[in-house]
Amino acid sequence: MSVLVNKNSKILVQGFTGNEGTFHATQMLEYGTQVVGGVTPGKGGSMHLDKPVFNTVKDGVTSTGADVSIIFVPPPFAADAIMEAAEAGIKVIVCITEGIPTKDMIAVKEYLKGSGARLIGPNCPGIITADEAKVGIMPGFVFKKGKIGIVSKSGTLTYEAADQVVKQGMGITTAIGIGGDPIIGTTTKEAVELLMNDPETEGIVMIGEIGGGMEAEAAKWIKEHGTKPVVGFIAGQTAPPGRRMGHAGAIVGGADDTAAAKMKIMRECGIHVVESPAVIGQTMAKALGLVTA
Amino acid sequence: MNIHEYQGKAILKSFGVSIQEGIVADSPSAAVEAAKKLQADTGTGWWVIKAQIHAGGRGKGKIVGTEQRGVALAKNLDEVSTIAKNILGNTLVTIQTGDAGKQVNKILVAQDVYYPGASPTKEFYMSVLLDRAKGRNIIMYSTEGGMNIEDVAHDTPHLIFKEEIDPRVGLQPFQARKVAFNLGLSGEAFKQMVKFVTNLYKAYDTIDAAMFEINPVFKTSDDKIIAVDTKLSFDENALFRHPDYAALRDKTEEDPTEVEAGEFNLNYVKLDGNVGCMVNGAGLAMATMDIIKLSGGEPANFLDVGGTANAQRVEQAFRIILKDENVKAILVNIFGGIVRCDRVAQGIVDAYKNMGSINIPIIVRLQGTNAVEAKKIIDDSGLKVFSAIALQEAADLVKKVLA
Repeated sequence: MSVLVNKNSKILVQGFTGNEGTFHATQMLEYGTQVVGGVTPGKGGSMHLDKPVFNTVKDGVTSTGADVSIIFVPPPFAADAIMEAAEAGIKVIVCITEGIPTKDMIAVKEYLKGSGARLIGPNCPGIITADEAKVGIMPGFVFKKGKIGIVSKSGTLTYEAADQVVKQGMGITTAIGIGGDPIIGTTTKEAVELLMNDPETEGIVMIGEIGGGMEAEAAKWIKEHGTKPVVGFIAGQTAPPGRRMGHAGAIVGGADDTAAAKMKIMRECGIHVVESPAVIGQTMAKALGLVTA
Repeated sequence: MNIHEYQGKAILKSFGVSIQEGIVADSPSAAVEAAKKLQADTGTGWWVIKAQIHAGGRGKGKIVGTEQRGVALAKNLDEVSTIAKNILGNTLVTIQTGDAGKQVNKILVAQDVYYPGASPTKEFYMSVLLDRAKGRNIIMYSTEGGMNIEDVAHDTPHLIFKEEIDPRVGLQPFQARKVAFNLGLSGEAFKQMVKFVTNLYKAYDTIDAAMFEINPVFKTSDDKIIAVDTKLSFDENALFRHPDYAALRDKTEEDPTEVEAGEFNLNYVKLDGNVGCMVNGAGLAMATMDIIKLSGGEPANFLDVGGTANAQRVEQAFRIILKDENVKAILVNIFGGIVRCDRVAQGIVDAYKNMGSINIPIIVRLQGTNAVEAKKIIDDSGLKVFSAIALQEAADLVKKVLA
């Protein structure tokens, strides 16, 4: 078991022949991911990385039976790429692109309603199911197979958490990078819910950031429905209000979206909240009773 | 991206939103000319002189060393000139600028809107912004204008209204009418408010704004509805389709080091602390700031160097961080995934040597691909650099160098 992607997932790369698409598709193939082809409008019929290139996502789906897509299309065209994937029947759409206008994402969110497609991201590192499929830009070697799921708004901080979890001997089931933009396809709560329902996952690391209310929503859900230990961290405890910290969504606008406020709610909902990102792994090991405090 | 009040008002006016009219000036003589022209155009008898800086609280803020407020009423042309002289070129300190304040380079000479008339005047609050949870824009408005909206939300939440915009169809006329009804308006003022809201949302949607805040929206004594103070900010991700608005950026309003970092494509935010940091990735950068605090320091900056931490980039980042004289130590925290740690380590060593002497301790934490080789490169370099692999080791080293 695993969530969202596994060894049977067939992946199309949108923006396949560009620099980013080429580099990361190569890495994904080396990881053993089933990349079945890619889409670059105008280059349909050619081959790239020994895989077919299609003009449209629909052509790619028809020819290959792809059910997952990963998007490396530049920001002005990324919203269009997401909607094209949904229209073509792709079930899991992973959008790596950073810098998509908010107005475009409002339209995308509306378009996806009722489409049956799940969007991960944008502005995210993607998804990896250890030893099965890497649909993203993360360094695959960090994610050794095991029993911990990760949900995170951040890229490198996800790798950091995974590395600590692996070094504590627990390993990873699936890590989901949900993205750092104000509007994203899959929320913290939805990603946590997926992992909570995955029988292989025994514990969940939930990494949030300042800005927005997604962590609080997830915490409340966990309090009601949680069946596994959750270790939580919120980046940006020292971030000043009103300043954007790199990610478009990482900004403290009011009292509720500070790190302190989120951590308080998460604690109240029974999450093992860490103040230091250096102890994510050991805190999970303790929560699972693998080491004594 | 934020813009000045006078620029925001010009944009709103171009969309048919009624505004408090005004003319921008950068000298006392220009202010007097502006006042005369405004009198001829609008018939105003008095003028409001408003300092143009990217910070709120101007009406209560003062010019350093004087009693001059950042927004002041002038009742004749001599007063226009005096106030302009008091403000221009001087530093205004408000609740939002911090103690350093901001230099005022321009003033807006605006019409006085509190002229007498048949109908009582009224101040409202209105903003347009993204509701992140819903993924939709909302118009937020209140009968309590001219006040801090967070205080209103706290003390009298029932006086704040929200109207959610369906992205498939945009703002509908019934919604604009609802706004006007909820604000207690009737007759001509009602009609004017419907028009105001409609055009305001059209402007927000068209220009790819990130936020509009109009406080107050003013009902004049002759039932006009006008924007008196305006804060507009743009979605920076969308500026590529609005080069004309992108050109409104005023770099003098920004921290000069942040502007310089931006030219190197480094994502840098200056803070007040004593430990600088250089990190790959925004989330890890924030987490590194938090580690610094937990280790007894205060973060001096946020800095995301991105995916390519080569010698040139590292050197640029070091130079940016070292411009801040408060920095007593630097923590470099790189999780090398696809970028190899040994390459980053070599980049750090090269950058360090290239810069000559750096007089403060540097802690380099490299984790990921080839972390052990990277640590060896740092340790063998002979430089005054502490190396670490685990994040906790780096935290302990911060504590040690600050002790």
